[in-house]
Amino acid sequence: MSANVWQLLVDSFPDILLPGLIQTVPLTVISFSIAFVIAVGVALIRYAHVPVLEQLARIYVWAVRGTPLLVQLYVVFYGLPSVGVRLASFPAAVIVFSINEGAYCAEIMRAALEAVPVGQMEAGYCVGMSYWQIMRRILLPQALRTAFPSLGNSLIAMVKDTSLASNITVAEMVMATKYIVGRTYQALPLYIELAVIYLMFSTVLEFLQRLGEKRLNASVGREVKRIA
Amino acid sequence: MLELKGVRKRFGGQEVLLGVDLSVKKGEVVALIGPSGSGKTTLLRCANFLETADEGTMIFDGERYDMARARRAEIAGIRRRTGFVFQSYNLFANKTALGNVTESLIITRKKHRKEAEEIGLEALRRVGMADWAAHYPSQLSGGQQQRVAIARALALDPEIIYFDEPTSALDPELIGEVLAVMRSLAEGGMTMLVVTHEMSFARSVSSRTVFMAGGAVVEQGPSADFFRAPREERTRAFLASLAEERK
Repeated sequence: MSANVWQLLVDSFPDILLPGLIQTVPLTVISFSIAFVIAVGVALIRYAHVPVLEQLARIYVWAVRGTPLLVQLYVVFYGLPSVGVRLASFPAAVIVFSINEGAYCAEIMRAALEAVPVGQMEAGYCVGMSYWQIMRRILLPQALRTAFPSLGNSLIAMVKDTSLASNITVAEMVMATKYIVGRTYQALPLYIELAVIYLMFSTVLEFLQRLGEKRLNASVGREVKRIA
Repeated sequence: MLELKGVRKRFGGQEVLLGVDLSVKKGEVVALIGPSGSGKTTLLRCANFLETADEGTMIFDGERYDMARARRAEIAGIRRRTGFVFQSYNLFANKTALGNVTESLIITRKKHRKEAEEIGLEALRRVGMADWAAHYPSQLSGGQQQRVAIARALALDPEIIYFDEPTSALDPELIGEVLAVMRSLAEGGMTMLVVTHEMSFARSVSSRTVFMAGGAVVEQGPSADFFRAPREERTRAFLASLAEERK
């Protein structure tokens, strides 16, 4: 590789990383936080078999998981203006990513809740606790511990999925890279550089995930032993 | 202090309890024995509303309750005054031994942490687990977990403790420590209703033994008499089958 290409990579690095820090990271953090709230809500509804709401939750998960993320982005950003709902690209992306990720995480949380032995709930009742007290203090913490690795995977997957937001004009890293490629015609080195930056982000998240798992494991005494 | 009358329960098409009457007086230790599938555990679970009986009346502390239609507040009120020890311990996996014991004191009795911990440590001391207060359930043996579970029930100062086969899930060498704790509770005057397969416990600790089979009470009496001279053929057959197993 010529010295020019190296120089290009060095020069373009901050130009790609910066949109990552001011677009990709906030998009991921905000959307995943909202998604997590949605996920817990939906999981609780499905766990408790709340009538009507459970059906709605089912339809929500079915519809979101059954359609491509890119199409969802298009519907919200390009489709909704025709019925008068005009959103800027970043909020539109936040809405779509939250709703999309929420559906996947809801399934993870539901499975994790259902994996908590029923005896935990019964024991809570027998010491006089209410459903919500048991849910909040006993079941959810245990379910979260079970769900954590899968949620971590989803988060890492989501960072990469935010690259799709460039399709609705969010000026994130792909968009920034495309712009530089358009100027320099150095597609191969620049897209590899972009890939490496995504890899950096994912690596940081993986590290945080391991750290989190360690702490959660400590909170149940080294390892979770299922009590049948 | 506890009286159950005409308790009926069916699961699907299967009648599990065919109108059971059972009473426990204050300070009494009643052993509930019988072959598996006889409905003893279901009866105990109905008594604490973990299952809802299809029919039946409960008189608890002089108050009468319709077991099929008890309101949520009534159920909570009864549970606040009873303890329940499970076959599989069911300690809260995300709480330490002490946390298990103090959880309800703090959450439902609104005690300050410090006061709750004093009560909790005292309860753990009574079951010989005070030194393990900071351990999580996953770090304890079955026998230790069950003793913590008993402490969890004790800490709430219940009027009666239900035991659902408390030693059935334990390795043989761990059964003794749990029975010893139960024996000391009995000697301390605790009212207990114990579903058990431990005939030696029923014989030597309980004041009265109730034998259930096929969803009904077949025979009951003071434990000494019960084991010395069972009246019913089915009781004799059951006790004989246990003696056979022992060999």
